[in-house]
Amino acid sequence: MPTFDPANIFMWAYKFLGWWLTSLGLAPEFVLFVQLFAAIGMLATVVLLIPIFTIWLERKIAGRFQDRLGPNRTGPYGLLQSFADVLKLLTKEDITPHKADKWIFNLSPLFGVLSIITVWAVIPWASTMVGADINVGVLYLLGISGLGTIAIMMGGWSSNNKFALLGAFRAVAQLVAYEVPMIITLLIPVMLSGSMSLQSIVKAQGQMWFIVLAPFAGVLFFITSIAEIGRAPFDLLEAESEIATGYNIEYTGMKFGVWMLQEFSHAFAVGPLFATFFLGGWQGPYATEIPVLGIVYFMLKSFFGYFMIIWVRSTLPRIRIDHLMSLNWKFFVPVSLLALIVTALVDKAMSEFAPGTGVAGRAIVLFTANVLLVISVIIGIRNAAHAVRVKEEGDDHAEHGDAADSHDDHSAHPAPAH
Amino acid sequence: MQTDWLFIGIFLAIGLVFPAVPIVLAYFISPHKSNPLKNDTYECGIETVGEAWVQFKAQYYIFALVFVVFDVESVFLFPWAVAYKAMPFFMVFEGILFILLLVGALVYIWRKGVLEWA
Repeated sequence: MPTFDPANIFMWAYKFLGWWLTSLGLAPEFVLFVQLFAAIGMLATVVLLIPIFTIWLERKIAGRFQDRLGPNRTGPYGLLQSFADVLKLLTKEDITPHKADKWIFNLSPLFGVLSIITVWAVIPWASTMVGADINVGVLYLLGISGLGTIAIMMGGWSSNNKFALLGAFRAVAQLVAYEVPMIITLLIPVMLSGSMSLQSIVKAQGQMWFIVLAPFAGVLFFITSIAEIGRAPFDLLEAESEIATGYNIEYTGMKFGVWMLQEFSHAFAVGPLFATFFLGGWQGPYATEIPVLGIVYFMLKSFFGYFMIIWVRSTLPRIRIDHLMSLNWKFFVPVSLLALIVTALVDKAMSEFAPGTGVAGRAIVLFTANVLLVISVIIGIRNAAHAVRVKEEGDDHAEHGDAADSHDDHSAHPAPAH
Repeated sequence: MQTDWLFIGIFLAIGLVFPAVPIVLAYFISPHKSNPLKNDTYECGIETVGEAWVQFKAQYYIFALVFVVFDVESVFLFPWAVAYKAMPFFMVFEGILFILLLVGALVYIWRKGVLEWA
């Protein structure tokens, strides 16, 4: 019988289940199957129950940002509000438009939630607790988020509704566009840790979190993830007043509930991903000796990330669709490629020409390189905006322009001869 | 490692079943009183005009194309990033050369005016 280990209680329960089933005389493959099934059941349940709490949290915090109380009638402090909402959605009639494509119409919310739940299969909760420590974790994450994009397209297309279709096109265009800088900034933790497996990336942050070594990449990843989840200021996908709710127009009752579950779970998934890649995941004092502490640190960091998302949402206005696309292709993509090049060069130059630098020295050099990068990007934007204003107005007094101007004159780029 | 992929396989199957449970539950609890007016397509309260599957703007296609170019580039960059720590110094330049080729492509499509939303 596996010895009771309170510091590692979930893994002990897993091994205990295996030992108990084997002692009943079952075949080892079947025992493994039941173990995995139990683990997955617990993980999927926890992952689907967390949004119920985070929805309440978000409504309270967003309310406080807007100088009002959030829900406070249903239950103490409004804690039962999510349950009330779920009950309401369960009892609403499920209307399917009569010319809609029934199979795809019913499957698309399921695929949407599937793409979010399965992200949690590779996220490490503690030093010994990770669902599947595959060695291509980052690539798996990108593939799965592609599945979410397909689900939105399916929902919009099968609804047999012009608004849904246009909303789905816009949503897919935005999601697909912002995946590019997200992937490029994800390359930087992979570079700094030498592996695509998320558990290895977290373990490589034992000495220094990657947010110190690559702050610019971290902030870029955070911003592009907010665009990926369709949250303000990028929430044109669900801007009810503007495009009549977009792709989930024709969904009613619990199917709409499942779309909302997908949106809130996705919003919460960004916090843990940001914590894993840049804030050191489950790392913290005594996290390797007492794995359960790792879970506590991880949850603290991911809720911090989620709080930042709510903060940004309550503060910034919505960006227009053409500004959104220009911002991505003309600012985020070149700048993230630049960050990748600078980080690659500086880190390799340091390990090649100054192999003895310790952790602190490496952190200082990379941080300084990032700061210089940010300064040069700001100077580049200022010059570009200045040149644009001089061209447009013939006016010499130009202030610091904003990066979202969609003009194709960019003096910071070396123009190829043509 | 095979256990890991089995974990993901079972997770995909369970992930498809879990959200279906409340939908099936709602099917039993909710009323079913459909009439032709309710099942009609929504168009801000008026009768629908024309087919629903409208022609889409070609601009969406172009953005998807640009995305495919950069996605394939990043897929090629992943092995370079994983092997980064064990590489000699000049190999970083090789990767950067590859990135610069694609930055050149980005500048080309930028100046061609392909990235405008219109």
